[in-house]
Amino acid sequence: MSLNVHNQLMDDIRHNAAGIVIRDVNLSYGQTHVLKGINLTIEPGEFFAFLGPSGCGKTTLLRLIAGFNIAQTGTVSVGGADVSGLPPWKRDVGMVFQSYALWPHMSVAQNVAFGLEERRIARDEIISRVDQALELVGLRHLKDRKPSQLSGGQQQRVALARTIAIRPKVLLLDEPLSNLDAKMRVQVRRELRELQQELGITTIFVTHDQEEANTICDRIAVMHDGIVQQVGSPMDLYDRPANLFVANFLGTANILPGTLSSDRKLFRLAGGSDIPVAADVLALDKPQLVFRPQNAALADERGQAAEGRTRLAGEVTNSEFLGSSVRYGIRIGGTDVLVDVAHQSGVEPLRPGSRVAVDLDHARALYLNA
Amino acid sequence: MSTHSLAAPQSSASSKPSLATPGQWLTIAGIVGFLGLFLIVPVGMVILVAFKDPNTGAFTLVNFADFLKNPLFLRAFWNSFYVSIMSVVWASVLALPLAYLTTRFDFRGSGVIQTLGIIPLIMPPFAGAVAMQLLFGRNGTINLLLGDWFGVNIPFMEGLNGVIFVQSVHYFPFILINLTASLRNIDRAMEEAAQNLGCSGFRLFRRIVFPLAMPGYVAGASLVFIKVFDDLATPLLLNVKDMLAPQAYLRITSIGLKDPTGYVISVVLIVFSVLSLWVASLATRGRDYATVQRGGGGLSKREMKPRHMIAAYGVIALILFLVLSPHIGLFLLSISTIWSYSPLPDAYTVQHYSRVVMESGQFITNTLLYASLAGLIDVVLGTAIAYLVIRTKIAGRQWLDYLASAAIAVPGVVLGIGYLRAYYGVSLPSGQSVTSFWLIIVIALAVRRLPYALRACMAAMQQISVSLEEAAENLGATKARTIRRIVVPLMTGGIAAGFVTSFATAAVELSATMMLVQNTSDAPLAYGLYVFMQSPAGRGAGAALGIIAVLIVGISTYLSNVIAERDRAAKAGQT
Repeated sequence: MSLNVHNQLMDDIRHNAAGIVIRDVNLSYGQTHVLKGINLTIEPGEFFAFLGPSGCGKTTLLRLIAGFNIAQTGTVSVGGADVSGLPPWKRDVGMVFQSYALWPHMSVAQNVAFGLEERRIARDEIISRVDQALELVGLRHLKDRKPSQLSGGQQQRVALARTIAIRPKVLLLDEPLSNLDAKMRVQVRRELRELQQELGITTIFVTHDQEEANTICDRIAVMHDGIVQQVGSPMDLYDRPANLFVANFLGTANILPGTLSSDRKLFRLAGGSDIPVAADVLALDKPQLVFRPQNAALADERGQAAEGRTRLAGEVTNSEFLGSSVRYGIRIGGTDVLVDVAHQSGVEPLRPGSRVAVDLDHARALYLNA
Repeated sequence: MSTHSLAAPQSSASSKPSLATPGQWLTIAGIVGFLGLFLIVPVGMVILVAFKDPNTGAFTLVNFADFLKNPLFLRAFWNSFYVSIMSVVWASVLALPLAYLTTRFDFRGSGVIQTLGIIPLIMPPFAGAVAMQLLFGRNGTINLLLGDWFGVNIPFMEGLNGVIFVQSVHYFPFILINLTASLRNIDRAMEEAAQNLGCSGFRLFRRIVFPLAMPGYVAGASLVFIKVFDDLATPLLLNVKDMLAPQAYLRITSIGLKDPTGYVISVVLIVFSVLSLWVASLATRGRDYATVQRGGGGLSKREMKPRHMIAAYGVIALILFLVLSPHIGLFLLSISTIWSYSPLPDAYTVQHYSRVVMESGQFITNTLLYASLAGLIDVVLGTAIAYLVIRTKIAGRQWLDYLASAAIAVPGVVLGIGYLRAYYGVSLPSGQSVTSFWLIIVIALAVRRLPYALRACMAAMQQISVSLEEAAENLGATKARTIRRIVVPLMTGGIAAGFVTSFATAAVELSATMMLVQNTSDAPLAYGLYVFMQSPAGRGAGAALGIIAVLIVGISTYLSNVIAERDRAAKAGQT
């Protein structure tokens, strides 16, 4: 997309950006409770993601905002106005569909003009806005083509242009990268981010791919089982997951079971080692120790750990070469943990069966409820 | 289909056209021979004669000039054209609401509505014609009631109106079926995207839904056009003679095989059939809008407000009453003693049925025999052609498909005339003319229904993955054995569907049949029905025969659904 473009449409869209407030939303299909007590506030101009495995309710929530689903309770406000009672065609909420949904009987320009025609805008104005929207996605030269004559990436841009041409208050993207190949995906997500920044439009992005969400979104709502598990910036969620689901869904997490000592100052691992814990752990009723593979280090079994670390003895069970690092599977007590070690050329990996120790930094250890 | 080669398996993956094996040659020769003798030669003969001077045999356009100079024929032409167009219009009016409401809204009884909507097809249109006279005619039920209540009389059945009414009610399922399939194939995101951009209600239908469903609609509409344009029996039964097909029939039967006018009319009928197929293919080319895509949801079924729901049910009830009225009327007629000048029959009886079964059992057995044989010929040819076209790389194999499908553009009356012209002088060893031998009726039925059976076989074949066959060959099965043990069993559903389509429509055919029946003892049910319906005294019995025809076709359609369903269940899980 050519972002050295500047036109009227961009200013209009920036001006239109609205926040979204979702309050106490519950939605069921028959016996299935799909959305359970959703509360979310999305700021104007924010790039926000609904992230979760399939069936978590993220698309249902997106379609609720667009007006294609109706909740049994709760409200959705866009720009301060409650839109819950409005049909989809009165919401000014632009949605890009996963399948793009370009109409095959219309040319690119006709597709983009469609929403403007529905708004009874003057012909000249439509022509100029269609041009501006296509210019924004760098496809002005293809405006007379039929959708079937475009590549997947181009079709997606047309779908995007068609949506932003109406100057929506909010942009909804339903798994926009899922129909692209791996290489295009990386490129398109960068372009999406740039375009969103340029337009300053409030955008919600639905995905099941944590990498997509992490790389382009300001904030993410992780969803599971119809519940928003946690909301935060990508780094927040990664470093301070609120529960085991979030810890596991965003990257790899090692989980070590144990118990709190009777004075509640130490966490006692199943293997017998003690780790001092901070006061906030005390609120958990069944705490477990959680750490990321890169937040521990391999060490010699015999030495002593440095101050603020605990050394756990174990045995290498397997290793995976990941390129920049080697991921070791290490059995400590009865539990398998993963530890990443940066790879240097020429260094031989440890063999399965080698005795090693894992140094755990107390400051990087997390405690989450089982 | 059992005559395929035992030679080494050829690679189905090779893209170069390859030579056929001897077995395949034999099959091709059989197919081409059959279609050549019973489709190309007779139709070619008809066309040739139209361009020949009846006395000298030289090429001439005089016959066409005569046609154009004769006001009767010109009127017949315009009448046929007008009736066909209006039938398409009215059939659309009946089909559109049913298709749209049942596919787009959460509707109780969608399935029942769809099924009832297809019922008109399982009855000969001319059989319904008599019943509709009694219901909608000048002194029919509806007009008697209208006269009593409002003092008006609506000429539903007068002249061309009657033909249009009967034809649109009978053929509207073609539009319904095609349109419904098209509507079902539209990704719901297509409509949601439009709603998201501010479009709703009737505009949504006009701008997005209908254009996307257009190919299906045009396919259905062109079929209706052809069927009505070519139909012989319905106008004859309604005593409308100034249309093309009846004129062709009357010229040949009253003036004789020598009169060129019948052939000229035949050529006009063929040209218009071809034209309408061509228009349909233009309208659908490059518009394969099956838009259900990756990540797309299936149908979007919306909810209706109670007020709209009541209105929708009202519309549907009215349409269903109209399209089922021939059946209702025919049934009443078949159990009535006397029914005229009164809204309902005077008294009821079952004697018509016993009369039909006692006196005319021959009609019923003939029909079962003819239609079964025709269906059998069709599925054998259909399977063989489908295999050759889809699974081999023989150069020119597509022409088999075109050749077999060409029959769709040949009106029954033309085929009948062609058979008479080509084979009237050819005698069997017994001295009987080929054209008066009952088997010629079977062949005419088979040729006419082959395009439909072929489509069913093609569809079934396309759904079988080549790798299933390759696996069999890899394990040592020859081509012939692979076809017998893998292909045909997997195609059962499609073959059954093809057979029933042929059987059911052949059982009520009466265009070619009317030309070819020389002896009442060889006549099928549709012909008997026609004869009965000629006289007021025979109407009750004719109606009883009609109901029997409906039952035969209905039961066989139901059975084919059971077979297809079982077949699908058996293959569930295999993709």
